[in-house]
Parts: sequence; structure tokens; C-alpha cells
Amino acid sequence: MVDVPVPKEKWSGKIGTVAVGSSPAEGGSRSSRLMLGGESGMPFLSYEGLGQRQRLAGEVLDSIDGTPEMSIALFGDAVNDPVAWALRWKELGVDIICLKLRSLDPEGKNASIEDAVQTVLDVLKTVDLPLIVYGCGNQEKDAHAMEAVSNACAGERVLLANAEENAYKSISAAATANGHGLIAFSNLDVNLAKQMNILLADFGTKLDNVVMDPLMAALGMGLEYSYSVNERIRLAGLMGDRMLQTPMCCDLTSSWETREATEENEAWGDATERGAWWEATTGLAALVSGADLLIVRHPRSLEILQDAIAELRGE
Amino acid sequence: MATAIEIFKHLPKKNCGKCNFPTCLAFAMQLANQKVKLSDCPFVSEEAKAKLEASSAPPIRLVAIGDGPKKIELGDETELYRHEKKFFHPTRYAIVISDLAADDEAEAKLQRARDLVFDRVGQTLALDMLAVRNDSNDPAKFAAMASRVSKSGLPMALMADRPEAFRQAVADAHLARPLLYAATASNVGEMAAAAKELKCPLVLRSDDLNALADMVETAKKAGAEDLMLDLAPARAKDLVEKNTIVRKNAVKKTFRGLGYPIVLNACGDERAVLKAMLSTMKYGGIVLLDDLDPAHALPLFVLRQNIYTDPQVPIQVKPGLYPVNDPGPDAPVLFTTNFSLTYFTVMADIDKAKVPAWLLVVDTEGLSVLTAFSAGKLSAESVVEALDETSAKEKSGKGVLIIPGMLSRMSGKLQELSGLKVVVGPRESSGIPKMLKSGQV
Repeated sequence: MVDVPVPKEKWSGKIGTVAVGSSPAEGGSRSSRLMLGGESGMPFLSYEGLGQRQRLAGEVLDSIDGTPEMSIALFGDAVNDPVAWALRWKELGVDIICLKLRSLDPEGKNASIEDAVQTVLDVLKTVDLPLIVYGCGNQEKDAHAMEAVSNACAGERVLLANAEENAYKSISAAATANGHGLIAFSNLDVNLAKQMNILLADFGTKLDNVVMDPLMAALGMGLEYSYSVNERIRLAGLMGDRMLQTPMCCDLTSSWETREATEENEAWGDATERGAWWEATTGLAALVSGADLLIVRHPRSLEILQDAIAELRGE
Repeated sequence: MATAIEIFKHLPKKNCGKCNFPTCLAFAMQLANQKVKLSDCPFVSEEAKAKLEASSAPPIRLVAIGDGPKKIELGDETELYRHEKKFFHPTRYAIVISDLAADDEAEAKLQRARDLVFDRVGQTLALDMLAVRNDSNDPAKFAAMASRVSKSGLPMALMADRPEAFRQAVADAHLARPLLYAATASNVGEMAAAAKELKCPLVLRSDDLNALADMVETAKKAGAEDLMLDLAPARAKDLVEKNTIVRKNAVKKTFRGLGYPIVLNACGDERAVLKAMLSTMKYGGIVLLDDLDPAHALPLFVLRQNIYTDPQVPIQVKPGLYPVNDPGPDAPVLFTTNFSLTYFTVMADIDKAKVPAWLLVVDTEGLSVLTAFSAGKLSAESVVEALDETSAKEKSGKGVLIIPGMLSRMSGKLQELSGLKVVVGPRESSGIPKMLKSGQV
């Protein structure tokens, strides 16, 4: 009988873990604290070390302007009420709520920071899942908004997003002040991802508070670049590069901007099913290349990815 | 290929010069560069010959299915990660038709197979194969269905558990190199003999990798060389782990006995699409499917296109004038490069604006805006050339050309050469919807 060897790699490094959410035991009001990361091998190779379970965050927008109708139709009227929307996600079994404060955008609704913070507090009060909070993308306003969110959510261990190369100091300080984590964004490049973590570390942010987002390009929109960047980040981390040992977050929601995902075309099959699989396929590629946390928009793609994670981990 | 030193170890070390090189080491160096043949050495032992031939074989055997222009090749992969070089032979998808299928059911699947064709960034994405499964246990019925399906012109797989069924189908239907699926531990000897006689590639199936390696030995002894492996993974976890073990052992040369392409039979599996996608990313060769809904086929095919893209060659879009949101003569023209990522982003952003526009894609050999401009592949002249070639000025009578914000310094010259009013657009594509909706152009 031939004995086929298991080519287990002896990695010298290990991915760090980052906590999201504080339960009453940690002084917060979330139902539980989740840990991200911790892998000691390449994705889903149990013989190298699986690490923490990959987590799914459901996206809630406080303004749906410009969001493709099809991608949020299943939520009905809840899309106009972040609290109701977050509750729906909880029923669907997401691990985390990802609240994006789009309404802050000065070129859009230009809502006040007080109103946006109130939305965060309303969600926090009604839904006991860990929370990620994004700003609107306007650096100046986000800096103030994130400081206010940080103070309002003190003790809840929220992930604040995004720290970027040109705007990381205020958000990083806001996160550190109240014991929150943050998401560090970089633009599709291993070296930029590393640079971002170095900047944060030099600024005094502990890397066990950082989840990196190396930009997940959607299926058909450059997915192959992201797939390889993610793999290279994870390989470098396992080979011992401390600056690339933070868990990875991939936002899948840009999948819905791909024309082929949503266009009505009889020869392409049902558009909603196709769109959901478009997002789920992007998510699968993210998982297999090293993602620890996925942000999803559609309940059907959530369902596919929940099943995929359980299957891939052999649960 | 082995290094000169590895080869040298197996040579007689007589330095006799009969190979026309002064020393065995010099001969080994020539061998390593594939400049000479091992048979030039009169004293090399049979044992050394076998070892050297084995070590010069590709880590994963190249296996061909079918013949003619639609022939499929799998294997001959050298990498674990696509960024290290690239993945060479893309995963292939087959729809399986039972030989018990009623006429209309078989026809529906054949029609489905014909319809699963999508054009995308200059490539045609389509179903690759059809398979016929011997559910009737009647070789004549099997052969009749194989014959019918073979008219599709696609390479085929035959699924049966007896060599007689394969013999009759290949003979009656005049099939060229169909893939025979599958031998098991209990019949690998006779299946391999049939595969050799029919000159067809053969799949070996076992959920135990050690047993599978034994079956490979048995099949090779029976003269079957073109093999593929079905690792029969129970769950997605097993699929990723087993495929990785097989691929890594082969390319890292830690174990050579399973250096063959992988087949996944996803028939009757409620997670067929999920597993087809995982196979595509993680070293799968062929995926057999009961059926394939176009709503699943399109993301699956695009995933394959993405993963198998050569990381060193950007995907290019065909240059030309693309209508967005049904534009008429009063819609403005925007231009961008033919680097696929740039194109997709700009296209999606114009689309999002819901404002009719013409998108002129200028040939920059697949470079992005700033890279192309710096490399001289994108100039006012080349934009004017593209405007003329596509008759853009006739199709849009508006007389306005919106240019990428990063190329503002091109605007003066471009205005002069094109005779159009040049408007400098946003630096980031994401600003396009706002600009178009503002009505300033």
C-alpha cells in the first residue's frame, strides 16, 4: 500500500486575532464577543490550522440613494429604517451588523453628525450583535463623525471604518480612546496593505485592534487581482511578516455594480439569483484566498456563504 | 526537469567521452538543458534510465480529451498559487445526460448546452463538454445516446461501470478520445486494459488517496497512461484539502504517484455550483454536473476567466465606441483606456448615472490611464485617431468630449486636434455620475 504524504507546511508565523463586540462580561451589551483571525495555515486546510470561524456582516445603509433596487428589494420597507433592517439581518443569522453612514455625505443628504450617531445608538440599543460602523467617504466629516461614534459606543468594541493612508490619525485616535477596533483600507496591493499597518503601528495603534481591508474587487471587475493580493498577504503573514498578520475583511457589496450581475437578460437566467451568486462567488473567492470577515448585502448570498463556511470548515 | 547534479548522480561517471562530451558532468549539463538525449550514453543502466525519465516528466500529466479544434487539455500545471506564474489549463464543465433520458429531456439538455455561450471582454465563455451516463445498464442504449450526444461536436465523457459499455459506445458512436469515467478499486485492471485498447483517458475513483495511488500503479501496469483522478470528496472541506494535497505533492515533488488532473462528479449534489466554483479556484480539472442554470453558469464561467487570467498580461477590452444608457446624437462622448479594470469601472459608473453617453475605448495595449499616458501609449493624437475610426463625431453631434481628470494637461492639444469642446472629468471614476447628472455637459 502506498502512503500518500500530507504536505503540511511548517509556517513560522501565525495570523493574530482581533475581537469584535463586547458582551456584558467585557463591559458591553453585545450578545457575545467574536474573535477574528488566528489561522496558522492557508485557508481551510485543517491539517495546517483553521483558526477562528470566518464571520459574515450584513450591510445596513442609512441612505439607499444610488443602491441597485434588486440588491435590497427583499428587505422591503426596512431599507428606510436602519433599526428594522438590522433586525432583519439578525433574524437571517448574520454574525455582525455593518452600518454605513452614507447620509453624512456632504454631496448627498448631508445629515448632521448628531443624527447619524443617533442612528448608531438606535441600532445598538435594539440589536445586540457586534457592530461595524463606516463613515461616508468624506475625510473631513468622517473624522468628526467617527470620533462621535467612538464616544457614543464606548465599551462596545465596535470596528470603525475606514482608516486610509491619507486619513488614519483621527480615526485611529478615536478607536484607541474608547477601546474600539478599526478597519484599515488599502488599494489592492500587498505593499500598500503593509504600509497601512506600519503607519498605524508607528502611530501607536496596537495591531490586535486592526482588521485590514485590501479592497475586494468583485467578480468580473478585477477579482483575480484581489484573489492574488489576498493570497500573497496571507502567505507573507504566515512566513512571519508581523505587519501582515492582521485578519482580513472583504466587502462584497460592490458586486452589485457589475452590469452582468443584475442586467435583465433572458439568456442569462433569473437576474436576482444571478446577482446573489455574483456576490456569493466574490465571497467564495475572498474566503478561499484568506478573508476572515465578509460584508454582504443580499440575504440569498448570505445563505450561500453561511453554508459555504460551514462546509469548508467541515462543521 | 532535474538539475545537472541530480542527473549526474545517475550517470556511470566513467568520463569515457563516447557521448562526445569530455566528462559525465558536462554531459549531465547538456541533458539538463535538453540539448542531448540520454540514449547517447552507452553505459547508462536501465535503472538510472527509468529514474531519469520519471524525473523529467511534468509533475502533472497532460491529458487530452476529444480531438479537433474543441479538444480539451488538462494537467501540466506547475504552480500552487496563480501569482507565482499562472494556471495553465482551465477547469472544464460538463453536463451529464442519462441514457434513460426521454427524447425531450435529452434535447432540452443539449439545447441548454448550446445556449450556454457568453461573450465577455473579447473571449467566448461556453460549456466545454457533455457526458452520457449508463443508467440503463444496456450497452446498446448507452451507445445510442452517446451517438446522439456526440453530434453536438463537444468533447465527451462516458460514465459507466463496465468495460463492455465503453467498448460498445466508443465503437458504435465513433467517438474520438472520450473520457472514460470511472474505474474503482475492484475493476481498475480490466478498466485500464479497456482504456488502453480504446486509446482513451480513464478516470480512477476512490475517496482514499492511498488506495488511489495503488490504483494508479495498477492502471499503469495495465498500460493506461492517460489518467485522471476522482477524489470523491464528501464535503467542500475534503475537496479543498484533497485537491491541495494532490496538487502540492505533485508540484513540490514530495510524492509523484498522483500527478494527474482531477475530476469532480457533482451529479446529485445539492452543492454542485459551490463545489464547481471551489474546483475552479482550487486545482480542479473537470466538473461533471447534472445541469447548469445560466444564472449560475455566468458567474461560474467568469470566475474561471478571472482565475485563469495570466497575472502578467492584463485583460484587454476591444477598443471602440460603446453606447451606455441608449445614447442619441445629443449624448456626450467620454473616453478611457482598454485596460479591463479601468473600462469596467468607468462603464459601471456611467451606467449608474443613468445618463445616456458614448464611451470611447482607446487602445492603450491594456494599460491604465496614467500608465498609458506616461508610456506614450495614450496621447491627443491616439484619441483623435480613435474618434475618427469609430465615427464618434457623427454618432454624437454634441461636440463635447469628457476626458479623465488625470489627463487635464492633454486638454488644450486635444481640443485643437479634435475640434471638440474638451471637458476635464473627475480624477476618480466614482465622480462620473455626479458630473453627468449635474447637467454641466
